[in-house]
Amino acid sequence: MSMVEKKGASVWLTHIGLILGILVMCFPIWFAFVASTVTQHDIIRPPLPLMPGPHLIENYKRALLEGVNTPVWKMLVNSSIMALGITIGKISISIISAYAIVYFRFPFRMVFFWLIFLTLMLPVEVRILPTYEIAAGLGLLNSHAGLIFPLIASATATFLFRQLFMTIPDELVEAARIDGAGPMRFFWDILLPLSRTNIAALFVILFIYGWNQYLWPLLVTTDPEMNTIVMGIKQMFPSGDDLADWPVIMATAILAMLPPAAVVLFMQRLFIKGLVESEK
Amino acid sequence: MHLDSAMSQRVTFNNKLLPYLLLAPQMLVTLVFFFWPAYQAARSSLYLPDPFGLSEQYVGLENFTFLLEDPYYRASFLTTATFSALVAAISMGAALWLAVMADRVIKGSGAYRTLLIWPYAVAPAIAGVLWLFMFNPSIGVAPYYLKALGYNWNHVLNPGEAMGLVVAASAWKQVSYNFLFFLAGLQAIPKSVIEAAAIDGAGFWRRFRTIVFPLLSPTTFFLLVVNVVYAFFETFGVIHTITAGGPQQATTILVYKVYSDGFVGQDLGSSAAQSVILLLVVGVLTIVQFRFIERKVHY
Repeated sequence: MSMVEKKGASVWLTHIGLILGILVMCFPIWFAFVASTVTQHDIIRPPLPLMPGPHLIENYKRALLEGVNTPVWKMLVNSSIMALGITIGKISISIISAYAIVYFRFPFRMVFFWLIFLTLMLPVEVRILPTYEIAAGLGLLNSHAGLIFPLIASATATFLFRQLFMTIPDELVEAARIDGAGPMRFFWDILLPLSRTNIAALFVILFIYGWNQYLWPLLVTTDPEMNTIVMGIKQMFPSGDDLADWPVIMATAILAMLPPAAVVLFMQRLFIKGLVESEK
Repeated sequence: MHLDSAMSQRVTFNNKLLPYLLLAPQMLVTLVFFFWPAYQAARSSLYLPDPFGLSEQYVGLENFTFLLEDPYYRASFLTTATFSALVAAISMGAALWLAVMADRVIKGSGAYRTLLIWPYAVAPAIAGVLWLFMFNPSIGVAPYYLKALGYNWNHVLNPGEAMGLVVAASAWKQVSYNFLFFLAGLQAIPKSVIEAAAIDGAGFWRRFRTIVFPLLSPTTFFLLVVNVVYAFFETFGVIHTITAGGPQQATTILVYKVYSDGFVGQDLGSSAAQSVILLLVVGVLTIVQFRFIERKVHY
């Protein structure tokens, strides 16, 4: 035990402070969960109770099967395809780019490196309209490909793999060469297995990134059938003064949070590794 | 980052075509969806389309001068600055406070960490919906209790309240991230340093002010940049769901204005000029971020 602060009272105060902090942090989510288990009638007469009501199954069933514009299960499918597509796409194209840059010498190598680096400075938010026009020109509106491809270039993932590859001893390459292994064989049999933990950590971070996309899906999907859950929830609010279907909307909000929250909770160590390393 | 020296001594493969094939997918996506649109934005920022979109006229920097004289655009700059400063200050302050406490407890710190990090997974747009629900003027729980205290909450009409709400939702979502980095920073400080100060009779606040906080400054600076980037670019979902930029453009940050002028208002020249200005902002922020990382690597 540390020599610092071992007095009973201050330890208790710290625990109480932390519990208060957690209550404040978790309250909005708990409150949304409560709202997803009551009726519209309960919601329009505030205050809402702090304990869940008996309508959980009914509300979630209604959200999943009917929704407001489109059944939420369809939005969940679209979100899954988009998140997985972005994650797998980013990892695949980045790992082979990093491999090319670290293990080969060829003209314009650094030009390619800097071109990838520059994409860091071009988030989708600053190139909204022209990117939309290109996606439209390529016939990508209202398609899964349109949700995925414009987002899958990744400087961060390329740097991460490059850094990892540079720590791999040269002896491994030499040994592979003596054994007569070509570059692709070396990539599959040695580099890829050595990158496993990094791929998993990146997977966690990129899955959350992909799942939580909002602006781009808002632009490229006008057909409710193609909405993702994170952007589709806004479309569930009525325009004008009509009353929103709160129990269904809050059930959808909880459903939208579940996959990324599960990833954070169950893969906490990989999540932290991914978060810390992708910021380097 | 050291780019060349470390890379030039590696054992490499000799293959003329393969590296280009390996780079092709990333380059294709980069050129089609990043550089071409950026070029288009830069080009259209110098042109003015006619009202029917049939032709366009070269106007030089007129779109920019027009923008910089536009009181709404200037107001949007100020809004963005206020919004970012508040989001960064509140989310970093709350996270530092929680991290200092979590660092002090020995038992149960893992459980506290787990409970505090998972709001990271909540999308900004969903955070917006959660806070909108709590603060909805007619059915929200907060306005209900505020009314009991004699205060009438209506962020749909009140610009200050609208700003407060988007700041709260954005800052809340970012606390988890800041907490993780502050906690890691605190745990990296050698306990012997703190203990030495404690033996010298320095109390908790004194130790925090004179030892802990200065040693945390690299983390704090890094988080400051990350939080400003977050507030500038990633909070679009919060603003779109809660206020849609209103009332009276009180919550129209720069990114929201590019969207609403270009996509909703179809003012192409102005939107393109705004994109170019934002591009410069991102460029500066990226350079600041990388200069800092360079220092950390060579430290």
